[in-house]
Amino acid sequence: MEVCRALEQGDKEEERILSDISSSLKLFERKRSNLIPLLQMIQKRHGYIPPMGMVLLAQHLDLSPSHVYGVATFYNQFRFNPPGKHPIKVCLGTACHVKGGEIILENFERKLGIKAGETTRDREFSLDRVACVGCCALAPVAIVNDKVEGHMTPSKVEGIILSLEIEKEKKKREADKDDTE
Amino acid sequence: MTPNDNRSSIEKEYASLREEAKLRLKRLRETGQPNIYIGMATCGRAAGAIETKEAFEESLFKRDIQARIIPVGCMGHCYAEPLVLIEQSGFPTICYHQVTPGKARILVQNFLEGGDPCLEYVLGAMQPNDMLPCVTDFPRFGMEKRVVMEHCGLIDPDDICQYIARGGYAALVKALKMQPEEIIAQIKTSGLRGRGGAGFPTWKKWTIAREANSDRKIVICNADEGDPGAYMDRTILESNPHQVLEGLAICALAVGAEQGIFYIRAEYPLAVEKINNAIKAAREKHLLGPNILGSGFSLEISLFQGSGAFVCGEETALIKSIQGERGMPQVRPPFPALKGVWEFPTVINNVKTLASIPPIIRKGANWYAKIGTEKSSGTAIFSVVGDVVHPGLVEIPMGTTLRELIYDVCGGIPGRKKFKAVQIGGPSGGCLSEQFLDWPIDFDSLSEAGAMMGSGGMVVMNDESCMVEVARYFLDFTQKESCGKCTFCRIGTKHLLDILEAITKGEGTERDLELLQILSEDVKAGSLCGLGKTAPNPVLTTLRFFREEYEAHVFEKRCPAVMCRSLIAYYIDLDKCARGCDACMGSCPVDAIFTTKDRKKSIDQSKCVKCGECVSACPPEYDAVRKVSPPDRIPPEIVPQMEG
Ligand SMILES: Cc1cc2nc3c(=O)[nH]c(=O)nc-3n(C[C@H](O)[C@H](O)[C@H](O)COP(=O)(O)O)c2cc1C
Ligand code: FES
Repeated sequence: MEVCRALEQGDKEEERILSDISSSLKLFERKRSNLIPLLQMIQKRHGYIPPMGMVLLAQHLDLSPSHVYGVATFYNQFRFNPPGKHPIKVCLGTACHVKGGEIILENFERKLGIKAGETTRDREFSLDRVACVGCCALAPVAIVNDKVEGHMTPSKVEGIILSLEIEKEKKKREADKDDTE
Repeated sequence: MTPNDNRSSIEKEYASLREEAKLRLKRLRETGQPNIYIGMATCGRAAGAIETKEAFEESLFKRDIQARIIPVGCMGHCYAEPLVLIEQSGFPTICYHQVTPGKARILVQNFLEGGDPCLEYVLGAMQPNDMLPCVTDFPRFGMEKRVVMEHCGLIDPDDICQYIARGGYAALVKALKMQPEEIIAQIKTSGLRGRGGAGFPTWKKWTIAREANSDRKIVICNADEGDPGAYMDRTILESNPHQVLEGLAICALAVGAEQGIFYIRAEYPLAVEKINNAIKAAREKHLLGPNILGSGFSLEISLFQGSGAFVCGEETALIKSIQGERGMPQVRPPFPALKGVWEFPTVINNVKTLASIPPIIRKGANWYAKIGTEKSSGTAIFSVVGDVVHPGLVEIPMGTTLRELIYDVCGGIPGRKKFKAVQIGGPSGGCLSEQFLDWPIDFDSLSEAGAMMGSGGMVVMNDESCMVEVARYFLDFTQKESCGKCTFCRIGTKHLLDILEAITKGEGTERDLELLQILSEDVKAGSLCGLGKTAPNPVLTTLRFFREEYEAHVFEKRCPAVMCRSLIAYYIDLDKCARGCDACMGSCPVDAIFTTKDRKKSIDQSKCVKCGECVSACPPEYDAVRKVSPPDRIPPEIVPQMEG
């Protein structure tokens, strides 16, 4: 039942995103060299590029959807599923790798039950690998909610997820309390 | 207007800009307020510079002290971030390291209010004085030669006046008064070679584009920086974007282009912001845009965000991606300098190459040619990371030896560990062993050694790093980043990776070693662009200099560095383990540690994921966790029984 409702909500969400995409596309010139900047625009506004968004973009630029798909999937920057509320990125740049970044990623994967590149079912967390974020002196590094966490260890992974979950519980409890009042 | 009038009017316009900039800065100083410079580039922010800035602001407000906070870029001293400089009358400018919010509050209270410069937090003074040791007394500062990064970390990247007051854009003014051929001749005399990796003479590229017959030409700054372990281009753009902009303008002037493009990767949002601000500020001062300083020369610069594909750093792929296509490299010739973006002659230069141009024009080609070695003039910028005491960005004259760089400038290997290897040039570079420590760093020596200047990434490794694993790491990267155009690059790198993976798992055979060699040479020969041509370098160099390590993996199923996780095991030394201590148990993420009959701890090998967390959790006075390779080296008496 709850899943059904979530799916329905997801549909509405996607509808909203698509109509936003159509209206923002109108502001851009229909030239082919705008393809990548437009993909970037969509991702910036919505955090990802929905499949139908690529079709709309193809129509706008008078290209085939497969061409747009081919270009979008070529570049690492674009993601095709919605990011989680708490995006987690683990650095696997050279320095972090040498200091065990892989182990940190594995611990996040185990704790969250998803693989790199995926989002948890409740859309709370998404997990990605990134290359050097430029603070190799703090290796291994993870970026949680856009904040850099240096000198990561497996127990720090546990601590970070725990504190995010506690925060969520707290918010939920407060919301429930507001509801009953 | 005769050319002479024109020249003097350019001079006049610039002189007034310079006056205005100097006056503004002088006024700032005259107020007698202290100036607090905080390093706020990405690296500083990562280390907590934003929190530090907030702590300063709050503390100044609370104590009602007037002081100016000036966000600056990065000096390259990553080990010391967040870095803060304080200018206070009666004192030399003092540099403080690792300024946490707590230290910031103490500095405000004790130094700005109390007059005590807090010696315990000081890294050094920025000028010689009789109060404090000067930073240049330390090799990390003193042995560097700053040409490209001269102003990085000392000026506010968003304030064009600070750059102009230090002589910024004077080179553009000088160039505006020169003939294009003269500019190119200067670059030729300077001996500048491209810093994007291959070291192609810059003047040659410019000459080809200059002589190309076309009414429209384009210049591009390549800031794609795809190496997964290097970040100097980003730091330069975030710390002093105007120097790169000035270089790009001089390049456009020399080749006769009126359009410039900054190609920056989208993962660098701060650099994108700084460049955008810089373009805007330079336009307002008529240093960019139509009719620059009344000279008749116009230049429009736009920004294109690269979307994170390593291969797009390659010139022809970069061009494809600007045109809105998949970034696939193309056959050269025609070279981009003749036929580039939309078929117009296009010069593509790296950030560091362009940032070297203004000092060359301003201080003279001969001055630059004297820095470095005969065939590689100027300075080299490396991001030195890994097992060194002082990691960060360093700018050294070409010809400095690896030993000087690693041991003197970067402080050597921490923790009494031994140097094992240095990886230079990122995914296209190679791993060099101890025997190369006394080799000079320049384009040709590095290629001769089998590595490459490449991106300028440098990873120093101690004896706990496994060379097979390092080769596997880079192959994993290049294999994923291969665009798929050439069969050898697409499938060859995949096979190389499979073999390396098998070896790190202890499943390699003698034949695999032979195959690695053959396949590497074939991939090199059968690939179109630099990605495939250099991808096997990490394999070839490690095979050559660390063959015994490959052999240990293959024949003994042993990882000499005790790193490859399939070939190691952790166990707890029961003689050292303290009865009743639970430190390791709490740290284990998979509950693999259990209590033995005599209340000591042991590891369930079937559950252990070999993360090493128990090693750090075990109190140093017990130091009971051991790591061995191969796994069957665990002493038999260690297989204990469960409690009860
Ligand atoms: C796979 C590959 C990746 C490259 N990545 C970069 C890069 O990130 N930045 C860069 O400046 N040059 C890169 N290059 C080198 C460029 O192709 C080109 O040589 C350079 O931008 C020219 O500038 P320069 O003459 O100033 O060195 C790369 C080359 C290859 C083959
Ligand atoms: S490699 Fe992770 S921050 Fe540089």
